[in-house]
This record gives sequence, structure tokens and C-alpha cells, in this order.
Amino acid sequence: MSQADALLALRGVSRDFDVSASWLERTLGHEPRRVLRAVDRVSFAIARGETLALVGESGSGKSTLARLIVGLHAPSEGTIEFAGRRLQMIFQDPYASLNPRWRVRDIVAEPIRFLGTGQRVDELLLQVGLAPEDADKYPHEFSGGQRQRISIARALAGEPDFLVCDEPTSALDVSVQAQILNLMADLQARLGLTYLFISHNLAVVSQVAERVGVMYAGRLVELAPAAELFARPRHPYTRMLLDAVPDLAMSGRARTPVAGEVPNPLALPQGCAFHPRCPHANERCRRETPAFAEGVACHAVAEKRI
Amino acid sequence: MLEVAGLTVQFPTRRGTLTAVDGVSFSIAPGEILGVVGESGAGKSLTALAIIGLLEPPGRIAAGEVRLEGRRIDNLPYEALRRLRGRSIGMVFQDPLTSLNPLYTIGEQLEETILTHLPFNRAEARNRALALLREVGLPGAEERYGHYPHQFSGGMRQRVVIALALAGEPRLIIADEPTTALDVSIQAQIIALLRRLAHERRTAVMLITHDMGVIAETAQRVAVMYAGRLVEVGPVQAVLHAPQHPYTAGLMGSIPRLGARRRLVQIDGAMPRPGALPPGCAFHPRCPKRFARCSLERPALAAAGRSEAACWLHVAG
Repeated sequence: MSQADALLALRGVSRDFDVSASWLERTLGHEPRRVLRAVDRVSFAIARGETLALVGESGSGKSTLARLIVGLHAPSEGTIEFAGRRLQMIFQDPYASLNPRWRVRDIVAEPIRFLGTGQRVDELLLQVGLAPEDADKYPHEFSGGQRQRISIARALAGEPDFLVCDEPTSALDVSVQAQILNLMADLQARLGLTYLFISHNLAVVSQVAERVGVMYAGRLVELAPAAELFARPRHPYTRMLLDAVPDLAMSGRARTPVAGEVPNPLALPQGCAFHPRCPHANERCRRETPAFAEGVACHAVAEKRI
Repeated sequence: MLEVAGLTVQFPTRRGTLTAVDGVSFSIAPGEILGVVGESGAGKSLTALAIIGLLEPPGRIAAGEVRLEGRRIDNLPYEALRRLRGRSIGMVFQDPLTSLNPLYTIGEQLEETILTHLPFNRAEARNRALALLREVGLPGAEERYGHYPHQFSGGMRQRVVIALALAGEPRLIIADEPTTALDVSIQAQIIALLRRLAHERRTAVMLITHDMGVIAETAQRVAVMYAGRLVEVGPVQAVLHAPQHPYTAGLMGSIPRLGARRRLVQIDGAMPRPGALPPGCAFHPRCPKRFARCSLERPALAAAGRSEAACWLHVAG
């Protein structure tokens, strides 16, 4: 896909956060400013009607990236172009993202409160599998899964064509997660929605995404069609992540033991951020940050060592 | 090692008595890991709290027995039970910070626990603490002995908590969602650690989790809970590959797996709350295979395939 027909295109997007101590403490302690780079030169595009998933562990920058895309943060570098009509976001915690003092009717209608809303709210509730009678209830009267349905109804109120979903099912039990994932697939088919789906759960991602991006320490390290990424992971970090997924089939496959932990974002290793945990790292990996080329950012892959 | 028979936990409320755990029976052998799965509110954690005597009032054990190494422990006085916890039963909870005191170094906390439970002097306790930290795979145990909990990452804290749980050389470890707060790569490390410890030390482990993947990798047997009741118990292989209870079957189908995109099996509706349980089998309103008897009589656990299930489908007549 060329970037021209993309619904969303990111080019070299970075985001820095200033995490320095106060001016006084810095001056007294002769400390420098400390800047945390949460997202580092990320580029990708999403086609209309596609589901792209971003996976990564805590601190990989995936949620910051979601916030950059919906405009809750401004990028420090790079550009984000959105060619669609309207975008909306669905958050992880359906308990925190609904106002407990509002009735469902007012929550769902908030994005369209200047239009006639009565019948539209009924339609929206039916669309997400709730009943029109639910409009007069308060959020506490619903279970977690039903609350996530309310969030989705609210997100759909303004007729967006692009939804950014940040861990939309991570707070839910698995049987409820299945209901929500199925609902999201149905809505995509019916309304032609485009999704950016952010998750730490690789199994969930393999069920929903057409393409998958893997993030590590703020950088995109691999991006590939889902089937390809799960069948033939290329980046050593992707391989390690896939190995770490608990095996339900109990096939007894050999697993590479996972070593080490995600680095502290304030003290990232030199060169490739993954090199201290990587079995294929050499001198170049310790010195030089690998560029993202042909779907992967890894010296060992580029040099055909693995 | 651990035997639980007919355990029932109730909460008296103004609107009547709520039964949150209802007649749960199971046992765990030395060196065995029993996985307990179920969704939020199924009663998994309350079962564990009842076993270790940490139910918050007004919750109370209304019926049933808990035996550890043949000795009844559910009716012990508070002080005796307190000594038992830590000595004979080790505990690991989801959030490692709830088990660690932020004001003491991890070395101090380990030594204190060892001195409380074992007849050691300070120097022996220190050696033992270091040995435990090495056993749970804490890199640089000597250098990090004097560090405070906040100086460790989540995965390392959970290792320290496991070392603490092992300090009294317990016969039983109760681990409640020990890997839920951790990233996948760290989760795999903690799973491997639990499995190795149970095997090497012949410790019985009750592993509570909502994650079937964790169970598949760790446990030998699994118990499935629904609405405060045990609905299926059996060897992990059997329960995962040939679930006998329709709830277990639905639960297994709803778990996303690595592989091609497919539509997930969906159990419509939600688990009933305690106090609003339907009559008969608590799962019948959501069950695709229900018939007349299901809404009238409550099924007991009975042999079904290689497992036991509480379902009328498996009872002749």
C-alpha cells in the first residue's frame, strides 16, 4: 500500500516527555534535564477498512502512540496525517471512562448533543447489543462487558470511520472478551470501520488484526501481515514474545527461555535497545541503532545472520 | 496434603444471606499444582481466603472442612492459624507490593520471616535468605539484599514474594493470580519458577488464575468454578481438550489462540451474582444444552469422561 491511499499515515513520529526534577532541585543538585522518549521515529500507514494491531509490553510506547494519533498529545517530531472523516477512541477501563452521574442516554448522546438524539441513541444501543430501555440507567447498573458496549456506542455516535482501541478487552473476563471482539468484528463488517487495535495480548491480536506492528522501547521493530508475523516472526524480540505465550494446545513445543526485562526508558541501552536480551547481538548492535527497513528493524536480519 | 470438603462461605447481609462459595470439595497432593480457574466473582479467591483463614468479616465459613496434612485447620483459633500461615502455608498474591513492606529491605523481611518460623540464629537466617533469593532466580542476590521493594521491577518483586512464601518451608503454597500483573515475557519466567519449585520441594500448589494458558503450562489438574460452585475437576489435558461441562466448553472456545482469524465461541449473558442465582444448575440460563431437569435440580459432581463434572448431561436417567 502506498501512503497516498492510506486513511492514516505516520511519518517519523516521536514524542518526548520532560521528566526532570523541578528547576530548583536541578539547580541545587547540578542535575541535567531528563527527557524520556516514549515514542521514537515511528512510521506506518493504515488502509481504509483495515485492522492494524500494535503489540508490546509495558513501556513500549504503544499507548502513547494511540494518544498521539487521536490528538491527546502533540508529536515532538514527525507528522500524522488523517484522511478520514472522524476518529474516536475506546479505552481499556470501562469503569473509568463513563461518567457515573450521567444516564446512559446522555453518555451515548454526548458527542452528538447538538443534533436530534432521541431515536439515534436507541439505534446505537441496539447496534452494540443493548436494549433501548437501558438508556435510562446509570453505568453502575451494568457489568464490565456491558459498559464496554456503552463506550463503543458512544464512540460510534459521531459516525467515525476510524476507531483507536487501547486494550479494549484487557479488563474483561475471557467469555466477555469474546463477546466484545465478536461485536467489534460485526461492526467493522457492517459500518466499514478501520481499527487501530492496541494490545499486549498476542493471541487476541492474532484473532482481530490483518497486520501487526511490534513495539519495543518506543520503536517499531517489526511490521507484517498477521499470518506472516505469527508463522515466521523475524525480529528476535517478536520471536521471544511468541515463545512466551502460554501454550493452550500443550503441544510440548520447545520454548526458548525468556531472559531479562524491558529496559528503563530513562536509561535505554546504546545501539539497538534490545541487544542486552538478544541472543544474536554483536558489536554493531551494541553501537548502532538499526533502521526500520522492509518490515523489520534488526541488524541480524538485515545481514542475513538469522 | 490439602483436603477441602464441602466448603461453604456466606455473607450475612441486610437482604438475607449470600452464599459466595457453595459446597466446594477438592484435594491437592504433595508436589502437585492444582489450577483453579473461573471468571471474576466465581469465588476462586474467596475459596483461597477461607482456606487460609483470612476471610474478612462478616464473611464466614458456614459449612465444610479444611484439612492440611490430615489436621483440621478451619476451626483453629486465630493465633494458631496465624502461625500456620507462613510456616505451613505460603501465599503469593497478584500485586507483589501488597506482600512487601516498603519500609524494610527485602533482606530484613526475609530474615524476619525465617526467624519467626524456623529455629535459626541471625547469621543462619541471612544465609538461608540469600539461598532463597538465588533459588527464585534473583540476579545479584548479595548486592540487592539491602535494597527496598521499590527498587525492584514487578517481575523481580514477585520473585522476592515467592522467596518470602518459601521462607517457612511450607507444605502448601496458595498463589492467587501471581502472573496477572506481569508482562508476558516475565509471566513465562514466573510460571517456570513455580513449576520447578513445586517439583523440587514437593510442595502442593493451589494456583488461582483466570488464564487457561497459565494453567495449561503449570498445573497437573484443574478445577473450574462458576457462580461459587465447582463445575468441573480433572486432569489438565482432559479438561482442556475434552471439556465435559458446557460452561468449560464455552470458556475454552472463547479463549483467543495464536493462529488464523476466526470467530470466537461466545457464551451469551453474564455470570449471575451471588444472591441472584437461578434454581437448579446455576449455568442453565446460558447453557446451549439445557433441558427440563437443569432448571429444577442442582447437579452434583459426577464422573464424566476422564474428569468429573456437575452436569445432568453426564448423569444417566
